Amino acid sequence: MKPIIRGKAYVLGDHIDTDQIIPARHLVYSLGDPEERMRYGQYALSGVPEAQAGLPDGHHPFVKEGHTSPYTVIVAGKNFGCGSSREHAPAALQIAGVEAVVAESYARIFYRNTIDGGFLVPLESTEPLCRTVRTGDPVEIDTTAGMLRVGDKTFRLKPLGAVEAILRAGDVFAYARQSGLLR
Amino acid sequence: MGLTITEKILARHAGRDRVEPGEILWVDVDVLMTHDVCGPGTIGVFKRQFGERARVWDKDRVVITPDHYIFTADPHARRNLDVLRAFALEQGIPHFYDAGPNRYKGVCHVALAEEGFTRPGEVLFGTDSHTCTAGAFGGFATGIGNTDAALILGIGKLWVKVPETMRFVFEGPLPPYLMAKDLILQVIGDIGVDGASYRAMEFAGEGVYALPIEERMTLCNMVIEAGGKNGVIAPDKATLDYISRRTEKPFEVVTGDADSRYHSERAYQLSDLEPVVARPHSPDNRALARECRDVRLDRAYIGSCTGGKVEDFRAAARILNGRTVTVGTYVVPATTAVARALDQERIDGKTLRQILEAAGAQIAEGASCAACLGGPADTFGRLNGAEVCISTTNRNFPGRMGSRQSAVYLASPLTVAASAVAGRITDPREFLA
Ligand code: SF4
Repeated sequence: MKPIIRGKAYVLGDHIDTDQIIPARHLVYSLGDPEERMRYGQYALSGVPEAQAGLPDGHHPFVKEGHTSPYTVIVAGKNFGCGSSREHAPAALQIAGVEAVVAESYARIFYRNTIDGGFLVPLESTEPLCRTVRTGDPVEIDTTAGMLRVGDKTFRLKPLGAVEAILRAGDVFAYARQSGLLR
Repeated sequence: MGLTITEKILARHAGRDRVEPGEILWVDVDVLMTHDVCGPGTIGVFKRQFGERARVWDKDRVVITPDHYIFTADPHARRNLDVLRAFALEQGIPHFYDAGPNRYKGVCHVALAEEGFTRPGEVLFGTDSHTCTAGAFGGFATGIGNTDAALILGIGKLWVKVPETMRFVFEGPLPPYLMAKDLILQVIGDIGVDGASYRAMEFAGEGVYALPIEERMTLCNMVIEAGGKNGVIAPDKATLDYISRRTEKPFEVVTGDADSRYHSERAYQLSDLEPVVARPHSPDNRALARECRDVRLDRAYIGSCTGGKVEDFRAAARILNGRTVTVGTYVVPATTAVARALDQERIDGKTLRQILEAAGAQIAEGASCAACLGGPADTFGRLNGAEVCISTTNRNFPGRMGSRQSAVYLASPLTVAASAVAGRITDPREFLA
């Protein structure tokens, strides 16, 4: 986990489900194939209704061309990642270049998947930042201090708690090795 | 202070006497299920982490059930089936239900139960969010991603955070116009789509035990739509009868302690409840069916792990017997066993298939997830435009059934059948004299 994550914010609302993060018809591509996996980046967040894509104005495609997005931090509301267990969802965001998500809360399978697969850092805000931050704002996250800075404002993030050990280890395999369950 | 069923099962699988909600434990896994959408990714991670020649920790505990993209010409989807085949062959996995004429079962959550893998007191993980369905048999069951599944394939263990338990009690006898779908949509409407995040949802009361086993599965199936980690129902005689007909494997029934601690408790009188729908685009957007009379429909869909079981078609046939649908009505049996039951179960001397066909419904040739999650463009029943659809499935997120322009209402098979006849959303009591 990087101590400092910097990038442009992409802002979404509440209950962004996994069908919006990566629509089911794309789940057929191989994540193991270096060429094919790029399609997940290309279609990341392509299921979000246009009016809600990049708040507050909407109509900002997350990926304009190719398979990477100019936005590396997602700021969202409640229950981010609800719906299916597809690991293609955090993978798609990572492939598109996302390093961190800052949401008010997460759906638990998505949350686990981001941490255990080491895809990105899921942080929780203490207030609805998706109504403060605007799509395109440059933000800076200090993962050690638990802070998000945007412009001259600083917001506190919730402590990661017990899962921090897994994020620090890198992924669940590294964590299982540290726990002595895996050689 | 006693333990809830969920706490007790997790404690036993971690070799502990007791556990507290919030603790992180490594638990032993009894069954791991995967399917064609997440299996290939899981296998990829497994090989990367444990080596090309690694063996799974226990091949008898791995169940592979292709079900999502089966009846499609999509080449990527077909390749995923090949990946599963190669892996099952290489590892000698006995419980591989390959697509094809011989062993194919269909939708994983229903197939797991039919084949006796959903045993009380056990820990079952699956690479599918609706794995929580299996909690209807009194075990701990939840959905995970590919990475976690790959770790289980290698070591047979996974970390879990012990959830707090929310208890839901349904009191009174079950009225003939209500189904498990109404009960769970009622609960989700009350607590919201994140109302049970990180928690167990335990169901109890006379109303729950009045439900046939498949209906209890529907109840637990949709706890994920409230963000729940697992759903659970303590076993009764009906549970044990169902399981013992399907497996000889020994298991131990676990029940909660009388003095166990709950996060919260809610009680419902079944006689107070009415048939409900979840309006677009969220499972918690509840309304009474009778208040949605103005909603004109283009399509009805009866299928999926939630709404494509034998009980679901029996309910739909109660309404459709002797009536005709006025909108395109798509029927997809969840499993091959359900498809066979359509030819065996009878009402008034007619098979369920005869009743559904005479009513004008189109029945899919094969059992699968079909349009429940949209799928490739050639998927049976897929929504491809701005259709308004009423469906027995479990999710109505934007675009879930194929088209972002479509609008999906979720309801019980009784309500869906009544609505298919009327061409607008209809309370089934209008047809249940
Ligand atoms: S029927 Fe639908 S909800 Fe059930 S496993 Fe298949 S896609 Fe998922």
